[in-house]
Amino acid sequence: MSDLLAPTEQPGPTAQETRRSTGTARYLLGKLGGALLSVFFVAVLGFLLFRVIPGDPVQTMTRGRPVGAEQIAQLRAEFGLDRPLWMQFLDYLGGLFQGELGTSYTYRRPVGELILERLGPTVLLVGTGTLIAVVIGLSLGIRSAWRHGSRFDQFSTGISLTLWSVPTFWLGLILMMATGNAFPSRGMLDPSTPDEFFPQVLDIAHHMVLPCLTFVAVVFAQYQLVMRSALLEEMGADYLNTARAKGLTDDAVRRKHAVPNAMLPTVTLVFLRLGLVVQGAVTVETVFSWPGLGLLLYDGLSVPDLPLLQGVFTVLAGTVVAMNVAADLLYRVLDPRVRAS
Amino acid sequence: MTSARRVRGLLGAMLAGAVMAAPAMLAGAPAATAQQPASNVLRVGLLQGIDSLNPFLASLQSSTEIGRLMYDFLTSYKVEDNSPGEALAKEWTTAPDKLTWTFTIRDNAKWSDDAPITAKDVAYTYNLMLRDPIAATANGNFVANFESVTASADGKQVVIKTKTPQATMLALDVPIVPEHVWSKVSNLKDFTNETQPVVSSGPFTLLEHKPEQHVKLKANKNYWRGAPKIDELHFLYFKNSDAAVQALRKGEVDLVNRLTAAQYQSLQSEATVTLNKANGRRFSELVLNPGAATKAGAPIGDGHPALKDIRVRQAIAKAIDPKALVDRVLQGFGQVGGGFLPPVYADFHLTPEAAGAKFDPGAANTALDAAGYAKGANNIRVGPDGKALTFRLYARNDRPNDITGAEFIKSWLADIGVGVELQTISSNQMNERTTGGQYDIAFSGWGTNPDPDFILGLHTCDQRPGPDGKGATTDAYLCDKTYDELYKAQLSEFDRAKRGELVKRMQKVAVDQAASIVLYYENALEAYRSDKFAAFALQPSTGGVIREQNGMWGYYSATPAGAATGDSGSGSNTGLIIGIVVAVLVLGGGAVLLVTRRRKAGADDRE
Repeated sequence: MSDLLAPTEQPGPTAQETRRSTGTARYLLGKLGGALLSVFFVAVLGFLLFRVIPGDPVQTMTRGRPVGAEQIAQLRAEFGLDRPLWMQFLDYLGGLFQGELGTSYTYRRPVGELILERLGPTVLLVGTGTLIAVVIGLSLGIRSAWRHGSRFDQFSTGISLTLWSVPTFWLGLILMMATGNAFPSRGMLDPSTPDEFFPQVLDIAHHMVLPCLTFVAVVFAQYQLVMRSALLEEMGADYLNTARAKGLTDDAVRRKHAVPNAMLPTVTLVFLRLGLVVQGAVTVETVFSWPGLGLLLYDGLSVPDLPLLQGVFTVLAGTVVAMNVAADLLYRVLDPRVRAS
Repeated sequence: MTSARRVRGLLGAMLAGAVMAAPAMLAGAPAATAQQPASNVLRVGLLQGIDSLNPFLASLQSSTEIGRLMYDFLTSYKVEDNSPGEALAKEWTTAPDKLTWTFTIRDNAKWSDDAPITAKDVAYTYNLMLRDPIAATANGNFVANFESVTASADGKQVVIKTKTPQATMLALDVPIVPEHVWSKVSNLKDFTNETQPVVSSGPFTLLEHKPEQHVKLKANKNYWRGAPKIDELHFLYFKNSDAAVQALRKGEVDLVNRLTAAQYQSLQSEATVTLNKANGRRFSELVLNPGAATKAGAPIGDGHPALKDIRVRQAIAKAIDPKALVDRVLQGFGQVGGGFLPPVYADFHLTPEAAGAKFDPGAANTALDAAGYAKGANNIRVGPDGKALTFRLYARNDRPNDITGAEFIKSWLADIGVGVELQTISSNQMNERTTGGQYDIAFSGWGTNPDPDFILGLHTCDQRPGPDGKGATTDAYLCDKTYDELYKAQLSEFDRAKRGELVKRMQKVAVDQAASIVLYYENALEAYRSDKFAAFALQPSTGGVIREQNGMWGYYSATPAGAATGDSGSGSNTGLIIGIVVAVLVLGGGAVLLVTRRRKAGADDRE
């Protein structure tokens, strides 16, 4: 993929550099300001949204346990649930400005700490999965487009569409059963693995095979389809004929001219998907009990653990916004037309 | 072009490096194969997360189950029949006024750090809960009625004075903690109790907790009943019960519970797996809104007025066939409902026969005719106020049994001229509606403890909400004078047999009032690898559970099977090696491809 970025390399500094850098700074500031504002609105929305979920969290948590009405009232007071909604909102905003996401009702621990703990496994799983899915999706997409209508095109597009429509949960379970004893069914680490670097890395890799495979199988299709259609659009362009006329091989025309121009929509998609890491991981993490953010969100919803939900929601939304900004900035690097405008 | 080549070169180097590193990784594989635990490690599938390992805060079932393994209580529940037995206290006496209890602490009990366990530790634990609301979070109700707790100077006896007679004094579900460790804890709320070494008194001590991954415990060699027969006990977290069943088949775990009927049946053909169909501790019920009201008697909610009429509620109870629900909905994995206490607590269980509720749609029809609810349009009965007897029936959307059962109930009620509008809602919505009295008929259910106090107390008038309509713990809204009087009487009855009689009479009152219809008690379905472990101790001994006991007997009794070979690990190791070989092939293939393409690219460039 990296070589595809080569044609977009920039010429050296020009006389207009100063004006351009001012423009870039303004562009950057505008994007960042907009992003911060989005995160703020999302945080406010998150507060209100989770208040719509029915049920008194304390009552739900204590149901079935020998807890008296006084104790329930005490717990409600401790969590501030007996205060008016607007006061709870101000508390929440105040905490947010100080970087505090509150304390989880169920875990009795700072939400920020819980999120950080689960972020690593999610990024590892979704990051690796996305990387593999992008590589497979792009390769198949390019090949399908270049040989569109061929048996390969029909077959690979059919397979990817089928996998895209298969329920992730079901696919995960089928893989678990089909692979027999070869790979673990749960978690990211066996408790008996020695506390040393290599055994731990190998064990995590071993545990990651099935969830990663499930994730890749489901998501690679979109990269393939987007890449295929983007490349198909480019294929009729005159500049490709020019390139061929120069005597370049078909392979060189594809790699050096067609593909780089077809990359833009795919790059955007990759970044947007990265922003949705948590959403994408909820099902896979639930099937394979992968200790990531997706599971945390799932657990939070069942209580409902309001500070936890708000925290995960804010982090999730923040990631989406950050990835959008990153996609915008990258677009600017990749496409000179965006820069010029 | 140059930079593209540079990038390719870098990629090539990375791939080559990875291929080179692979043998080293493979060399590390033997170390990884050590991940297969020895046969004297019991691995248990845990289907619920751990909220806290601090016994004062832990409230989820999974956490309290681990708490029972780590800490001893003042008294225990006997493995044979759940009746109170000795634990840290070897004997106890009660003053004639039933207000003063003296417990004598055993001499041979030690903390895992070798310090002796004394009455001072017991007094410290209870007093901490009395003075600190945080310490009272999980188990505060057990000490709420305590006047004072004092330890004798020699540390052998602890004296507890209660405000009123309390029959639950031998059922205090409070883990006793070591004073010499916990007195140094400054912030109880943030104390996770996971920093090694965790000093505890039970048959196992904590070794490691990785949130949402696993909990490792090791045998406590100091345990006064004798060290367990296994060295370690691992709880592996599963979010998905199908994966847990699969893991049992593969040998990744040795013991699982909370199986569905389908999962249980699917394991019946496994030669290396033994199944345990145990009597459950939960009851499932249908609550009929008898006219929800606050403690002061002010009506709340929006229940159908016809359900205030006991004759309508009783007719509905007669029209429902719990036996059919057990057979068809639970596929036979359950028992027909009688009173609130399931058969597992034989001393307090009101049998269906004694409850007297009988499936008799004919009698139900006759009773409704006699009560003046004549059939109107569409064969639906109409009340004297002209309102049709059409009730909302709420079922929880995450409970398949509710949804299947609701269809049966709908058809049975149609037979007696009662209409049903079925609505499936989330458990949280259900909680909100039932505790607010905003329902007509709803599915519900509760887990029960060996001591019946909590579950019986739930149905007293006092458990209704305050003037603001909030704070209810009841969902059935039963308020009956006789029931409440019997409740008080059983709480101060210290003769177990006499208390049992009172408890059964109370349940009969509740059955007759028909504010809730106990449908069934679901079986607790469990499975373990009998090729690796001998049979576990059940609580109670007949029809009891291995896991989620009122004690630690199941895990404490774990005995590796003589023929245990631990060979299930080989598949896992094979998988590991296959995985590595595949990775090497892929990486190697990638490198070869890259080099080939580089050469080809060079040729293109020359063109």
